[in-house]
Amino acid sequence: MEFDLNTLWFFLITVLWVAYFFLEGFDFGVGILLPFLGKDDTDRRVMINTIGPVWDGNEVWLLVAGGATFAAFPEWYATLFSGFYLPLFLILVALIARGVAFEYRGKDKRPEWRAWFDRAIFFGSALPALLWGVAFANIVNGVPIDGAKEYTGNLFTLLNPYALVVGVTTFVLFTLHGAVFLALKAEGTVAEAAKALAKRLALPMAGLGVIVLVWTFLNEAGDLDGTDVAAVVASVLVALAAVGAVLAVMREREGWAFVGTGLTIVLVTVTLFLYLYPAVMPSTTEGVAGLDIYNASSTNMTLKVMTVVALIFTPIVLGYQAWSYKVFSKRISREQFTTTKS
Amino acid sequence: MDPLIVARWQFGITTVYHFLFVPLTIGLALLVAIQETLYVRTKDVKYLKATKFWGKLFLINFAIGVVTGIVQEFQFGMNWSAYSRFVGDIFGAPLAIEGLAAFFLESTFIGLWIFGWNKLTPKQHMWSAWMVSIGTAVSAFWILAANAFMQYPVGYEVNAATGRAELTSFLDVVTNKVAWVHFIHTIFLAVLTAATLMLATSAWHMLRDRKDAVYRFSAGFASVAIFVASIGVAFSGHWMGQVMTDVQPMKMAAAEALWETEQPAAFSLFAVGDVENGRNHINIAIPRALSLLATNSLDGEVLGINPLQAEFEEEFGPGDYIPPVGTVYWSFRLMIGIGFALMALGAVGTWLLWKQRIADTRWFHRLAVWALALPFLANIFGWAVTEIGRQPWVVYGELLVRDGVSPGVSAGEVLVTLIGFTLLYGLLAVVDVYLMKKYAQEGVTDEATADEVAKALAY
Ligand code: HDD
Ligand code: HEM
Ligand code: HEM
Repeated sequence: MEFDLNTLWFFLITVLWVAYFFLEGFDFGVGILLPFLGKDDTDRRVMINTIGPVWDGNEVWLLVAGGATFAAFPEWYATLFSGFYLPLFLILVALIARGVAFEYRGKDKRPEWRAWFDRAIFFGSALPALLWGVAFANIVNGVPIDGAKEYTGNLFTLLNPYALVVGVTTFVLFTLHGAVFLALKAEGTVAEAAKALAKRLALPMAGLGVIVLVWTFLNEAGDLDGTDVAAVVASVLVALAAVGAVLAVMREREGWAFVGTGLTIVLVTVTLFLYLYPAVMPSTTEGVAGLDIYNASSTNMTLKVMTVVALIFTPIVLGYQAWSYKVFSKRISREQFTTTKS
Repeated sequence: MDPLIVARWQFGITTVYHFLFVPLTIGLALLVAIQETLYVRTKDVKYLKATKFWGKLFLINFAIGVVTGIVQEFQFGMNWSAYSRFVGDIFGAPLAIEGLAAFFLESTFIGLWIFGWNKLTPKQHMWSAWMVSIGTAVSAFWILAANAFMQYPVGYEVNAATGRAELTSFLDVVTNKVAWVHFIHTIFLAVLTAATLMLATSAWHMLRDRKDAVYRFSAGFASVAIFVASIGVAFSGHWMGQVMTDVQPMKMAAAEALWETEQPAAFSLFAVGDVENGRNHINIAIPRALSLLATNSLDGEVLGINPLQAEFEEEFGPGDYIPPVGTVYWSFRLMIGIGFALMALGAVGTWLLWKQRIADTRWFHRLAVWALALPFLANIFGWAVTEIGRQPWVVYGELLVRDGVSPGVSAGEVLVTLIGFTLLYGLLAVVDVYLMKKYAQEGVTDEATADEVAKALAY
């Protein structure tokens, strides 16, 4: 592996997706758990307010991942989004529905109004949690792409067993991450229910994780290059993180459990990207290699400009996002919503 | 069915829709930040109430701006993959920078603003409002810089081997004059849009004899803002007209239904055209006015559609290089007409404020309520001039719209998403209008401390 700007940008895009899955991962989880842990309206408000101030900021990591892919690897952006057309459409619909629901749910008191938006939050969180896994499994495993870099499969090409298992895994992983987050951020009944649920999800999550890692390894075992070896090492670390998460969940150490599920998400994403490198969208079509960090990239000039921009803005963004998490570090309790207006 | 047609409808619908909300967001963010600053400076509860009241309407609107923006970020790749491959080297950068420099700022500080009333000091809270406002403006700049590359490509070279545009100067892309005029026009029209909403809402309450200090203050505040912003809009629009004549003479010719070159050129007020034969049946025009608008001189030359078409054919081969003249012509007229109508409204409001009669002049209140739709319409008309007047090019002089569409996506797939987005957006419009109406009509509420405001704004 040669360290050039193309590699740097592959790495930066990995970082963007890592941050996105780590952060939005827990607010997907909270959204998925809303109908199960939120027994009454106050509980549901507690849950939504744990992510209220941050979910939009978390989602921007996705927008920047999209924008950065456009800037650094335009061919990747073009092939991926025109190729995965319908799944992406579903993801967009889901993200629209949940975003509006967070903002509008509390703006009217009628129970049916709130019930509709609760549904939007649930489906809007569940669908992307599943579909992002399906999408990434297909990216890593390869899809049919022709010599003109256009995707030639259809919707059902993407819904293969491997991809579906990865999708279910990301779904369970994000749900657990959300449960652990709630145990950490909420107080009272919601936190208790979240802890109990996390205990039931921890082992299935670890089991699915192992299946995915082994299956991915077997898919890739044909030709292992340098970074694939690193991916295997990363897989082992994923397993360790997952075991750590399970232990911490079982012992009700919320802080460590959150670190554990978070690390699991981070390392799974890293593992997949390591297997991918130096390709960005390998082709399964006979005689077509597909897209890699060179034939999909922008010119060096653009990569340089983008590098300077990223160096300037990333620290600033991390600074104020961290500050915002600090401002909102207090737990959310039912009392905040039950005291009547004076 | 042609995927191109469906893809164009989809882009038009989703983008126009996004832009219904965007100017209000940009404008209200600024006006609310100013009102909160007044509160922090004077500690007068009236300003806190105003901040909360307009802030709530701002949030309802902001939510839809955000979620419809997500679609925008991805639809270039979805429906316009050939376009994305062609321009990616230049066009992707502003889009990425917009996310990094603007969306993070907006989204993080809006969270702090909504939920931070009792967690931040008043000053920190006020600065959060300013950060949001700065974020919206930065966002507008970068997306307009991207769009400007399509209107007037600079700082690039087409690589003959790959057939793709490649960046040669990022500085040229950022200093593109089209980007800057569009940006300035957009900031002014955003303030104009938001101030019109503010005036119309206040007037509606005053018509019902609610004379709360917040409405009186807001009506005056908004009138002055309308007056100032509409002057800014007119001057920046005039400047845009000149830039347009320079970089896209065909668009100006279409906007004026000017078939043959004229010197000096007259500004058409009302024309009935004969597009087939390239001439007008009827044309009522102000002599020399177009020369003034387009070239800043009373006898400047303005090129006509027919000679320009001949020129294009010579350079790019046979084809139809004339945009839909009727649409562009009428959109242009209506936008400018609205601009001057709002300027008059702002002038009257400012004068009534001066005479201290703004709270009691009922005909003015009625007028103001009726004006509410105008800036939104002008926004749509303005973009219709810009984007439809650019046809048939997607990147002016470099790439035709029909060559930009995704080759691998079928018309059926685009139709599914077109229908899907249209229905979803229709539903969102209903919900948004319901909430805006509900909270606008509910009026100013009596939260008088930061704690109470915090409760009223949380989810
Ligand atoms: C409240 C909305 C509004 C109002 C009152 C006006 N405009 Fe405008 N105009 C827009 C909203 C707008 C817009 C929708 O936002 C556009 C589309 C692109 C842009 O940046 O602004 C625009 C575009 C636009 C263009 C096209 C530029 C191009 O495509 O290259 C011109 C020449 C003008 N405007 C000129 C004017 C003039 C002379 C006005 C007289 C008062 C005016 N506008 C009022
Ligand atoms: C927000 C304000 C905007 C509005 C209301 C708007 C409106 C429109 C409309 C109505 C069309 C359809 C034109 C036609 O097919 O006849 C269109 C096309 C298009 N616009 Fe815009 N536009 C806006 C901003 C932008 C920006 C900022 C970009 C790029 C960054 C952009 C890129 C495009 C592209 C790629 C097309 C498709 C190609 C075409 O049909 O010309 N637009 N837009
Ligand atoms: C077709 C091109 C466009 C793209 C790709 C785009 C993209 C986006 C995205 C992704 C968001 C959501 C950000 C978040 O999650 O916080 C957004 C919101 C926003 N966009 Fe656009 N946008 C486009 C056109 C425009 C135009 C022309 C303007 C202004 C001139 C604009 C100004 C804004 C602003 C101010 C917001 C803040 C949210 C709001 O308005 O409610 N956008 N846009």
